[in-house]
Amino acid sequence: MAAEATSRSARSGTGWQGLVLPLLLPSWLVIGIFMLVPVALMAVYSFLTKDFRGGIVWQFSLDAYDQFFVERGLFGDEPPLPNWTYITIFWRSIWQAGLATLLCLIIGFPTAWFIATRNPRHRALWVFLITVPYWVNLLIRTVSMRFLLRDHGPFNEMLMAIGLIDSPLRIINTDLAVQIGLFYSYLPFMVLPIYAAVERYNFALSEAARDLYAGPWTVLREIVLPTVKPGIVAGCILVFVPSLGAFLAPDLLGGARTYMIGSLIDEQFRGSAGNWPFGSAVAMILLTMVLAVLLWQVRVATREKR
Amino acid sequence: MGLVQTEKLGNCGSLQREAVGIKRVVKCYGSFEALKGVSLSIADNEFFTLLGPSGCGKTTLLRSIAGFEDVTEGEIALYGLDIAALPPEQRPVNTVFQQYALFPHMSVRENVAFGLRMKGVAQAERQARAAEMLEMVHLSEFGDRLPSQLSGGQQQRVALARALAPRPRVLLLDEPLSALDLKLRQAMRVELKQLQETTGITFVFVTHDQEEALAMSDRIAVMSAGEVQQVGDPRTIYEAPVNRFVAEFIGETNVLPVTVSDVSAGRARVALAGCRDLIAQAPEDLSPGAHHVSIRPERLSLADGGEADLTARVERVVYLGTDLQLLACLPNGASLTVRLQNTARTSLPLQGQELGFQIEEGAVRLLVD
Ligand SMILES: Nc1ncnc2c1ncn2[C@@H]1O[C@H](COP(=O)(O)OP(=O)(O)OP(=O)(O)O)[C@@H](O)[C@H]1O
Ligand SMILES: [Mg+2]
Repeated sequence: MAAEATSRSARSGTGWQGLVLPLLLPSWLVIGIFMLVPVALMAVYSFLTKDFRGGIVWQFSLDAYDQFFVERGLFGDEPPLPNWTYITIFWRSIWQAGLATLLCLIIGFPTAWFIATRNPRHRALWVFLITVPYWVNLLIRTVSMRFLLRDHGPFNEMLMAIGLIDSPLRIINTDLAVQIGLFYSYLPFMVLPIYAAVERYNFALSEAARDLYAGPWTVLREIVLPTVKPGIVAGCILVFVPSLGAFLAPDLLGGARTYMIGSLIDEQFRGSAGNWPFGSAVAMILLTMVLAVLLWQVRVATREKR
Repeated sequence: MGLVQTEKLGNCGSLQREAVGIKRVVKCYGSFEALKGVSLSIADNEFFTLLGPSGCGKTTLLRSIAGFEDVTEGEIALYGLDIAALPPEQRPVNTVFQQYALFPHMSVRENVAFGLRMKGVAQAERQARAAEMLEMVHLSEFGDRLPSQLSGGQQQRVALARALAPRPRVLLLDEPLSALDLKLRQAMRVELKQLQETTGITFVFVTHDQEEALAMSDRIAVMSAGEVQQVGDPRTIYEAPVNRFVAEFIGETNVLPVTVSDVSAGRARVALAGCRDLIAQAPEDLSPGAHHVSIRPERLSLADGGEADLTARVERVVYLGTDLQLLACLPNGASLTVRLQNTARTSLPLQGQELGFQIEEGAVRLLVD
């Protein structure tokens, strides 16, 4: 964004040149103080030594990364092996976040389409309704979700009352519960960007395609999806990235077997049981992965623009 | 794909074969009737124009033929086949949209080949036909560009090539020239007409520009408020308008109140206040009484010493280069517009001058209201 602004100002006359820097300064300060400094701090911490009371000792060490990737025997004399514990947690997180993204897309796209094709006067109301649940804190909503999904909670009671099941479904503390939690938490992040894209979509294009012998599904695949793709990509990133690092839903709705990266990091910063350098290292690894995905996406997008 | 095959629709030998048959079509939006029982018969190979003021239902009729609107009542047949139940993708008609609606993510060539791809035409043939179409609209070098990298006129021609590529039986064009500037519009008129003649495809062309309609069409249907007022070739529409709406909508005209005495054999004696009686062309079923006549401004000429049919006082002279336009006032107060050719011997009339005018034989037409 900053790069774009500077390149544009470079092209437009010299009169603006003097103003560019002062105008950009506030945003640079905000990005610097609230993003770069914490990330730098985290990067530094991940290379320090753990203090046994919690916190850190200012001494360089690769222990945190070593703990993540390498399995060493109890006595230190066995040959080192790759450590699968944390990689498994990462893998599960990616898998869960990916599935949540897909679910959000499947439900979010028709929802966004529905809103965007309403009478323009009513669209704002629909968007407003989508955001209503977000007025309540995510923690409270996740706790209520736990209550709803309990073995003898309202959801199971209802299913039993209408005779669909005889005994309560085991939902809480399963991967399914985590999925439901993630889906519920991040759905609007999928709906809103897609809505913005569909609202700009020129429906005459669909008519033109129908006129040229394309059936309704072909129109969706060949015309609609490619045109609203930027919205879909934005929605997927906005759901996938926070889902990957989420810890409330896995913590409160999942059990010990549904451990995700977010919880792993969260745990490292709690009291004396924690390990700050290790937590920072895990966070750094996660950050690297997310950056890799985003950079790949940017490359694909720029290549498509030719 | 359940496309109506060209062969199934029969071979069209004679020029008079009906391409599009529209019978008593009514289209309602809620309680509003956009089309009030429109019936038209459009012949094969014809350049047919729907002409009318904004909001008269031209687009609605065109969209009904294309299949984007379900008609409330009536039938639409294509080469004798009722197409009411067919969705747009199964009708062998293509549309050139007013705003072109080119697919923004596809290159010009992909846009043009889209219809062929959807019809399942093989890759090699598709490419060949797309190239041929681009050649036809003089855009061969632009095949790899995106629509956003073209000018308005170029986009318009891509839209045309895209619609023509699948060789439709009927091409629908919704004010395709309205977004272009005057020069380009005039050039495209000629190109479009030539294209229609070389391809032999039936064109149904929508416009609200009467000059465009007169210049290009084989036949014109003049519409007003959801109804067809008159169908005929440009000359008939211009010279023998059936009613006041058509007379006033097509070209410039003087509509003057008259009293009709005897009517016989398509002629009537009309009295225009302050003038001597005139003989007018009249519809058969006209009854004597108060009516209006239409006299085209260019059918009047200066009496120049000869016997004048009517006299009027010049109020304004507008110099138009090739023509002179006189805005004059008749003795009864009605205004009269006269168009004179600007020749070397024409002297500019003066403001306030009383002039005698002659009316060309057959130029006075009685109008039904
Ligand atoms: N979807 C719709 N809902 C309600 N009324 C409509 C709708 N579409 C068109 N109309 C009305 O139907 C009438 C005919 O519209 P149409 O678009 O066919 O006009 P037109 O002759 O093409 O005009 P223009 O030259 O301005 O394009 C108009 O009065 C319009 O307001
Ligand atoms: Mg229209």
